Amino acid sequence: MTAYAYFPGCSAHGTAKEYDRSTQSVCAKLGIELEEIPDWVCCGASPAHAVNHLLSLALVAKNLDLSPSDTIVTGCAACYNRFKTAIHALQHDRPLWEQVKQIVQPTKLNGRDFRVFHLLEVIHEFGLEGVKERVTKPLKGLKVACYYGCLLVRPPKVMAFDDPDNPKKMDELIAAVGAEPVEWEFKTECCGAFHAVPHPEIVLRLTSNILRAAKDAGADVVSVACPMCQINLDLRQLDIQKRHKVTFNMPVLYFTQLLGLALGISEGELGFDRLIIDPRPILREKGLV
Amino acid sequence: MARIGVFICHCGENIARTVDVAKVRDALAKHPGVVHAVDYRYMCSAPGQELIRNAIVEKKLTGVVVAACSPHMHEPTFRKACAAVGLNPYLCEMANIREHCSWVHSDREKATEKAIELVRFLVEKVKRNRPLEPIRVPVTKRALVVGGGIAGIQAALDIANGGYEVILVERQPSIGGHMAQLSETFPTLDCSQCILTPKMVEVRQHPNIKLLTYSEVEDVKGYVGNFEVTIRKKARYVNEEVCTGCGACIQRCPQKRIPSEFDRGLGRRTAIYIPFPQAVPNIPVIDREHCAYFRRGGCRLCEKECPRGAIDFNQQDQLLTEKVGAIVLATGYDLIPSDIYSEYGGGRYRDVIDGLQFERLLSASGPTNGEVLRPSDGKEVKSVVFISCVGSRDRAKGIPYCSKICCMYVAKHAILFKHKVHDGQAFVFYMDVRAAGKGYEEFVRRAVEEEGVVYLRGRVSKIYQQDGKLIVRGVDTLSGMPVEIPADLVVLATAIRASDGIVELAQKLGVPVDEHGFLSEAHPKLRPVETQVAGVFLAGACQAPKDIPDTVAQASGAASKVLSMFAQDAIEREPTIAKVNEQTCVGCFECQRACPYRAIERKEIRDRQGNLIKVVAYVNPGLCAGCGACTVACRNHSVDLEGFAEEQMFAELSAITAA
Repeated sequence: MTAYAYFPGCSAHGTAKEYDRSTQSVCAKLGIELEEIPDWVCCGASPAHAVNHLLSLALVAKNLDLSPSDTIVTGCAACYNRFKTAIHALQHDRPLWEQVKQIVQPTKLNGRDFRVFHLLEVIHEFGLEGVKERVTKPLKGLKVACYYGCLLVRPPKVMAFDDPDNPKKMDELIAAVGAEPVEWEFKTECCGAFHAVPHPEIVLRLTSNILRAAKDAGADVVSVACPMCQINLDLRQLDIQKRHKVTFNMPVLYFTQLLGLALGISEGELGFDRLIIDPRPILREKGLV
Repeated sequence: MARIGVFICHCGENIARTVDVAKVRDALAKHPGVVHAVDYRYMCSAPGQELIRNAIVEKKLTGVVVAACSPHMHEPTFRKACAAVGLNPYLCEMANIREHCSWVHSDREKATEKAIELVRFLVEKVKRNRPLEPIRVPVTKRALVVGGGIAGIQAALDIANGGYEVILVERQPSIGGHMAQLSETFPTLDCSQCILTPKMVEVRQHPNIKLLTYSEVEDVKGYVGNFEVTIRKKARYVNEEVCTGCGACIQRCPQKRIPSEFDRGLGRRTAIYIPFPQAVPNIPVIDREHCAYFRRGGCRLCEKECPRGAIDFNQQDQLLTEKVGAIVLATGYDLIPSDIYSEYGGGRYRDVIDGLQFERLLSASGPTNGEVLRPSDGKEVKSVVFISCVGSRDRAKGIPYCSKICCMYVAKHAILFKHKVHDGQAFVFYMDVRAAGKGYEEFVRRAVEEEGVVYLRGRVSKIYQQDGKLIVRGVDTLSGMPVEIPADLVVLATAIRASDGIVELAQKLGVPVDEHGFLSEAHPKLRPVETQVAGVFLAGACQAPKDIPDTVAQASGAASKVLSMFAQDAIEREPTIAKVNEQTCVGCFECQRACPYRAIERKEIRDRQGNLIKVVAYVNPGLCAGCGACTVACRNHSVDLEGFAEEQMFAELSAITAA
C-alpha cells in the first residue's frame, strides 16, 4: 500500500495529542502507512478564510507543495474542510490559481492531482471486514453517539463525504469494533466552533443541545472526528454545569481511541487520561478496561 | 416560359429604413423571368394583397415572390391571396428580407445587396415550383383518452357529449385519480368527492364512453385520424359482467393488513379490494402479490363467498386493439418521494407526511374517519407544521420549477385543520405565497387573518425528534430569528412530478417531453393543448403542475380540439412531404432508418399476374412531416421533398454563387 501524506494540523501537536497518538497507533495496527508532511504549515482554519481569501488558499497550496504524496490524509475536520475547499476553488478558477502561485512560488505543484481524505474515510476505505478481523477486544455493550460535526459534510458539493444530514461512516466503523452506535439526530449539528472565544454562551447552548440529544438517545459516550468538536463537547461540560445546572458527565472520545481500544492498543498510548470527562469509569463498568 | 411577379414590402420603416426597396425592385425587374416588380408600404394590408391579386390576373403570372417578413408570419396570407385568383398557393414564396436582413444589419448598401440576392434566389426556386394539392387524410371519429383523473373524465365527457365515441383507459382499478383522494377543494372548501363522483358515474353510464379500468396503453401505431392502439386489460380475477359489487368477497378476505395505495399507506386494505367506496366501476380486483391463493394456494374464500360466482382465478390479461382518430393524454402527476430530504428525516419519521397523506387524514372516508390523528401513535394532533416548496424551486434537487398548487393546498390544509382542531395551532413555512387565481389571495388572507394560521417566511433546516415531538427548526426571515417549533405532525408540500411511465408512452407516440418528464405542448402560448404530433392532445397535470380549475379548462380545450377535428370528414395536411421515385428505388430502406416519424413503409410492386417484382419505400402522407431526413439518406436520390426538391435547392444555390 502506498503511504498517505499525513497532515496532523496544529491541534494534533497541542490539545489533541491523544488524537495524533491514537491515529498513529491505529494506522500502524491496520498497516496504513502515514508519512507526515515535512515542515507543514497552518491550514488556515478558521481565521484565514474569514480575513483574507487569498491567504487561506495560499496556506493550503503551500502544504500541497510540501506534500510527499498526492494522497493526503488528515484527522482534523477543519483542516480537511480547508484543503478540500481550497482545492475546489483553485480547480474551478484558473486566474485565482495563477495568483496563488505568485504568492506561494511552488516548486513541486505542477501537474499533480491531489486527493484529500479524512482519516474516517481512509479507515472506512481500508475495510470494515479488515478492521473487524483485527479486533481483539470487542466493545460489547458500549453505546456510542457518533458525532461528525458540520465541517466534515458541508458544503456537500465540495466535501462529498457522505450523506450530509445522516452520515454513516463512523457509525459503521464503531459497529465493526463491536460497539453499538445509537440512532440520533444531532450527528452534524454545529458545536459552535471558534465562537467559544468571543461568544462562549452560544457554544454552551449548542453543545448542551448536542450532549442532551446524545444522552436522550441512550449513549454512554460520544465519538468524534475533530479536535475542535472534541474540545467544545468535552471541555465545556463543566461550564454547562455551572451555567445551565445540568450535568451530563458524558465522555467525548476520538473515534481512533475507541478503535484503538478494540484493536488492543494500550490505555496509556490512547491517552484516555488527557480527556476532561474521564471515560474510564464507564469503560470499566462495561468491562472494557 | 416563367412569368414571375416580385412584390417588395417596406413593412413601414422596418425594411425600408435599412434596405433601399426601390433599388431592389429595379434590380429584380431586370432579372430573367420576372415580368412584374413593385414595392409597397404594407404588402400584407388589404390594398397590398389587392396589388398581388390584380397583377396575377393582368400579367398572367405563373409564380409570385413576396419579399417581406418571415414566412412564419405571412406565408398563409399571401398564399391565400394567390389562391383567390386561381394561382396554386404553392407557386407563391416569401423572401425574408426583414428578420434575415433589415433587422439584423445596419449598413444600408450591403443590406440592399443582400436583399436583392435573397429575392433573386427565391425567384429561381419559384421558377421550378410545381402546383401541389393539400393531402386529405380520412378521420376515424373515435377518441382515446388516456388517464381517468379529472382531466381524462372531463375530456371524455365533453367528446362523448359531442356525439362521438370515446375509449377511456385508466391503469388503476377505479377512475377518479388524485381528485378522489382529496378531502376538500380550494378556495371554496367544497367536498372533492361530492363534486367528482357524479362525473365518475356519468362516465360509467354514458352510452358513448367505453371505460377500460385496470388497463394500460401498450402500443400506438398510425397517424392523425388513423391511430391503432393496443390496450392491455389486466386480469382483475373478477368477472365484470357478473359482479354486482356487493362486497361480500372483501368482507371475507383474510389478508387485511395491506397498505392501501389510495390512503397512501395510512390505511389498510384487503387482497381483493376496491380502492375506495365510491370507486367506478364498483368491481373489486385481486392483488396477486398479496392474495393468499396466488402466493401459496388454498384460501379462495372470496370465491366461496361470492353469491354470483364472479371470482375467476384463471382470468388472463387481454390485449385489445382499437382504432381511433385522436388521442387525449391526461396521465396526471405524482408527488416526489418525501424521503429525498434527509434533513426532514429522510422517511424515518412516521409523523412527517406529504400533502396527499394529509388529505386522507382530513377525509371523512379516510383511515381516521376525518380525525387528525398522528400516524405513529394515533394521538390527536394539536400542533402541525406545514412546509412548502419541498423539492419545488430547489435546483439542488433538480426541480427548478414551481409546483403551482402547493401554496393553495397548504392554506386549505391549515384552515381545515383549524376547523377540526379548534384549540390546535397550525404553522406554515413558506418562501413566498403564490396565490394567483380567482379567489385565491382572499383564501390565503382568510387563513392568516380569520383562522389564525401562523405564516413564517423562511426555510426549515432540520426536523428532529425530542420527547415524543417533532422539533421543527427553521428561520423566520422577517424577524431574522431562528425558530424551533415542537409539532405533533409535519406536512411536506412535496414537488409535483410527471407520473410514472409517461415517458415510455410519450416515446411510443413520438410526443416530446421536457427535461422533467412533463409532456410538451406544441406552442407554450398559442397551442397549449396540442402536441407536435398531429391528433395527440394534452389535458391536465401531465403537461405541467395544475390545479383543478385549470385542468378542467384544459381538458375541455383538448376535447374541443378533438371535436373540431371530428367535425371534418378528412383532415388537410401540407403537401410538402417526401415522395419516392418507385422506378429507381432499390428498396435498401436507408430512408426508413433515417425517418424520425416512422412514416416510411414497405410497398410491394407486382406485375399483372401478381408476381412480386420488388419492394420499394412508400411515404405515408399522414405521418410524413416533410423534414427531409430521408432525402439525404437515400443513396441514389430516389426520395425527394415536394416543394423543396433538390432541383429547387440547387437553383437557389446557383443563384447565390452566380451573383
